[in-house]
Amino acid sequence: MIPRPKPQKDRLRRTMMFMNAQKPGLIKDAYIYGCDSIMLDLEDAVAENQKDSARFSLYHALKTIDYGDTEVIVRINGLDTPHWQEDIRVCVAGGADGIRIAKCESAQDVITVEKAVEAAEEEFGVEKGRTLLMAALESPKGILNAYEICAASDRMLGVAISGGDFRKCMQTKPTRDGIDMVTARGMMLIAARAAGVQCFDTVFTDLDDEEGFRAEVQQNKAMGFDGKSLINPKQIRYVHEVFAPTEKEIIQAEQMVSAFRENAAKGLGVFTVNGKMVDIAFIPGAERTLRLAKACGLYEGDLV
Amino acid sequence: MEIKKTAMAGTLESSDAQVTVEPGNGTVELELSSSVMNQYGRQIKETVLATLERLEVDNAKITVVDKGALDCTLAARIECAVFRSCDKADKDIPWGGMIR
Repeated sequence: MIPRPKPQKDRLRRTMMFMNAQKPGLIKDAYIYGCDSIMLDLEDAVAENQKDSARFSLYHALKTIDYGDTEVIVRINGLDTPHWQEDIRVCVAGGADGIRIAKCESAQDVITVEKAVEAAEEEFGVEKGRTLLMAALESPKGILNAYEICAASDRMLGVAISGGDFRKCMQTKPTRDGIDMVTARGMMLIAARAAGVQCFDTVFTDLDDEEGFRAEVQQNKAMGFDGKSLINPKQIRYVHEVFAPTEKEIIQAEQMVSAFRENAAKGLGVFTVNGKMVDIAFIPGAERTLRLAKACGLYEGDLV
Repeated sequence: MEIKKTAMAGTLESSDAQVTVEPGNGTVELELSSSVMNQYGRQIKETVLATLERLEVDNAKITVVDKGALDCTLAARIECAVFRSCDKADKDIPWGGMIR
């Protein structure tokens, strides 16, 4: 058995890669690709008559395989299926870091899952509150209720939009400039930031359209997403590249943080760095840049 | 557990194993074929028998077609087949108890 460290709500999640929990060939070495999180899927990737089998496979994978620093999240079946309760039991018993709630539409959905998770933590002697939650918003109703969903539980680490189902509801198709989902993405981002949780974009499914993929990742970064769901390891590197801070951003953040600490010690709240005004409002962002840079191997200082 | 009917779990894909359990004739009867029989045959057999013992199965015919599964995959497929044969695979699985 591999004991996993306590899951962190605020960790780096640039890339979250889906893996079919039923396929041993995939899940046994999923960590070697270097994505930040893997999402072992009990939902759509698993055929209806193999849901039971996928859980046995998942349990042993969670207990046996050393995923190292890669976060392990499990996507459970929807609350309108007969599977989700047993899915939650196996996730908690196996020690998954987090659970992704599919087709989440309301705060009540989050609370329903949270109660079952709490009961499972009690049943299996897992530290209460250890198992994190995230929600996938897949419908217009989910997007409209994004804020209450994000704020529904202390366990919530973030929300993700699920493009396939959402576009179906909206009767749209993927477009090159992302206009089909720009409103939904924006609403979800605002809700996530207001609630203080992370926000992730949907998968890009056309593996042959490299240009389209790159355009979408750049737009994700510009809009303020924390990361993206992926379906193939070959997509990881580019997302990490785009989400890494530039050298200029890192230097600027480093100067701001160290200047802030020096000035605060002298009793000064507002000052200038390279001619630009800086006060406490800039510091969390600068620290985040440094943490991201550190995770990307671009910063080795000790300010964060 | 008592094997009540024939049940199967797993696939013939690489890194997987297909396991079939049937009601036995008073003992455990194992039929094993593996793509890595020469290297790992003994270890696979030990894993199969240890898993059946943990599940308290002492009367069954079990057929394993192994395609290079890890021990944990093999155990998962055997457990699923046994629980399916008792119609108990869908809920209230003893995670961390009999399944470990």
